[in-house]
Amino acid sequence: MTITLNHFSAAAVFALFASIVFGITHRETTREMVRYGLYCFVMFLGGVLLAGWAMWILRR
Amino acid sequence: MADSTTEKTKTSPAETVSLMAVVAPAVGWLIPGGGHLIQKRWIRGALLFVSIVTLFLLGLAMQGRIYKANGGDILDILGFVGNVGAGGLYIMTLALDWGQVAIAFATADYGTKFMIVAGLLNFISIADAYHIAIGKKQ
Repeated sequence: MTITLNHFSAAAVFALFASIVFGITHRETTREMVRYGLYCFVMFLGGVLLAGWAMWILRR
Repeated sequence: MADSTTEKTKTSPAETVSLMAVVAPAVGWLIPGGGHLIQKRWIRGALLFVSIVTLFLLGLAMQGRIYKANGGDILDILGFVGNVGAGGLYIMTLALDWGQVAIAFATADYGTKFMIVAGLLNFISIADAYHIAIGKKQ
């Protein structure tokens, strides 16, 4: 079976699973885990979008 | 007399903790999230298992490459260190001779990185299981 993901969906999948692990392992309480996981997810995807726009600007 | 016999059969809390501090990381390495599951952290263990295993299997499905111990190149060695963190998944992949194709397109390179990151995330998960075992974390 072969799966082909585009750049953004690969980054989104990566961000989702990495954020879950970061949230669980880096915080103590359930509430803090959820909040930190969401924070990591937003930062991962935000970083991807920012880097994407930065490259688009540099390319012009 | 009876008291001394029962005392011998009982394990002290310190012994239990030290045994778990060895077993939990070992199980966690072999089965991602297993270190949490044997300490009855069911939801955390299940989420770690699903996250790490899915990332690794997606990497394989994306035609990612698995690194072997005798890579020679320093980057290959670092890739091997990342891969070996996945424990049982890495052993299974080597045994079934998966992940040996040459990288031919960008998605396959993503797959390779997915598998390395899955192993590195499992290292973090192992450290967390150890901290739970020694009572540093709930």
